[in-house]
Amino acid sequence: MDPALSLLTSHSSLMTVAVSILPEQQLAALNAAYRQAVSRRRLRLLLGAGVFAAALVLAAIGAEVNLRTFFTYFGNFISYFDRILTLDNGQRVWADVGEWFWGLRKWLKMLGETLLISYVGTLIGAIFAFALNFFAAENTSPSSWLRFVVRRLLEFARTVPGIVFALIFVIAFGLGPMAGVLAIAIHSTGALGKLFSEIVENADMKPVEGIRSTGASWLSCMRFAIVPQVTAGYASYALLRFEINVREASVMGFVGAGGIGQELVVAIRKFYYSDVSAILITIIVTVFIIDISTGWLRGRLFGKEART
Amino acid sequence: MTAPQDVDTAQMRARYPDVFDRPASARLAMPAMIVAALAILVYGLVDLDFSPSRLFAGLSQLGWISLMMIPPDPGSSLPIYLKALGETLSIALLGTTLAALFALPVSLLAARNIIPSQILRFPVRRFLDSIRGVDTLIWALVWINVVGLGPFAGVLAIAVSDFGAFGKLFSEAIEGADQKQVEGIRASGGSALHEIRFGLLPQVLPVIAGQVLYFIESNTRSATIIGIVGAGGIGLQLAEQIRVLEWQKVSFLILMILVAVAAIDFISGKLRFAIIGRRAVA
Repeated sequence: MDPALSLLTSHSSLMTVAVSILPEQQLAALNAAYRQAVSRRRLRLLLGAGVFAAALVLAAIGAEVNLRTFFTYFGNFISYFDRILTLDNGQRVWADVGEWFWGLRKWLKMLGETLLISYVGTLIGAIFAFALNFFAAENTSPSSWLRFVVRRLLEFARTVPGIVFALIFVIAFGLGPMAGVLAIAIHSTGALGKLFSEIVENADMKPVEGIRSTGASWLSCMRFAIVPQVTAGYASYALLRFEINVREASVMGFVGAGGIGQELVVAIRKFYYSDVSAILITIIVTVFIIDISTGWLRGRLFGKEART
Repeated sequence: MTAPQDVDTAQMRARYPDVFDRPASARLAMPAMIVAALAILVYGLVDLDFSPSRLFAGLSQLGWISLMMIPPDPGSSLPIYLKALGETLSIALLGTTLAALFALPVSLLAARNIIPSQILRFPVRRFLDSIRGVDTLIWALVWINVVGLGPFAGVLAIAVSDFGAFGKLFSEAIEGADQKQVEGIRASGGSALHEIRFGLLPQVLPVIAGQVLYFIESNTRSATIIGIVGAGGIGLQLAEQIRVLEWQKVSFLILMILVAVAAIDFISGKLRFAIIGRRAVA
């Protein structure tokens, strides 16, 4: 039975109040329109699904997906976790934690370096973003061509992945944490510059008018009208960025740009299985601690502003 | 009531002591924090071997490199690069789709309104958290160990690391869904599965589709990165050309990546608008 018809009849049979059933002709027209609308939607959905499936098949061919390799080697994936949780002497890692974390002192030192890389990188990035964002914001930029240039610059800095910058910087500045710091600083400049300028665009412009009416220069307008409104937001975003950069810095070592990543990539490539799990756990725990403490700090510092 | 001009400063000071005499701790907190932040910065710069001479030498080197990058020129390897770019896009698309397919059922298990029991939900959430805690690059290295070098390892790496992210995002979308429609299905005698299919999914699917599209976009970037450790795609070409100092090819590859990312941004923006419709905009 047609949905519309069945709905009407069931209503009329249930309720004591008589619901006048539409005349047959009108009902047929309504049902036809309903069916047409539904079938059109179904057709569109089906078409979309078809296109998507075709794209997937194409992608599978492009990415050399080989299900046979996958199934033959999937056991390896499971057993990989078995292996990284086994010590050299065949015991489970947690049977001898001292042996498992034998290099803890060295790893903690590298981890400290990682944190320092992300801290210095974030701070330098934040300083540059601070210097640039007033030129990128719609409401404060002194001229439109300057805004265009600064915006494209920031876009470039955040679209090119940090690790690509790191690869190039390792060649320019030599191996070591300096390349990592600069790569993170550039990427953070791009990301923070955009966020900062969005905060400025949301700032109240009345203080600026007030200060400009006293004959102040553009610089004083920014300093006394905009900066007091936006510092809390800036600091909050910078802390969030620090959190992200800790993750980023932990893999900078993969290309020789310092930090714990160096140890990890050596352990993975040379099949020091139990070291892999130990380093991974140290990284995960550190990231977790950083996430929680910056979250707490942000709530502590900016909770009041955020609430009002 | 006294008029404002009658109130002298001393009286105001007596009435509002905390406005006039902020305690030293409040006044000094900001400068102290700034000094501490700068002190750590200086310590970091020293500890990480920053020296002006090294910085200037590096900068001049970088200047040379940038000069040598102009003009971008693929040489004779343009077909290879186009193929690699296609590979990268394939990795992003397949990896994200796989992750979404596997994350959907798991995210139901992590959602408060589906599984009310904390004991069941907690391990699922921690499991997703720890997957998310490991970077995509690390997953790529692990999968390379398992299925060998090549783009397939990249697909699996993106699938695994996004699985963690999707699980969390989807479960949040499900928790944010309106319960009334689910109650309506239950009232008309639907089973638990009916509730999910007809009460929940119609609300949640557009949100999920938007997130998946957004991730395909951002994974185009991740897929470039994982190539650097050997998981195929354009990142592999980029890393190789950087190592052999073919700077014109490097700048061409970077341009290709930027254009591809911008194109994907544009397309997925349009698609998202078409799927979610004006509801999300309004």
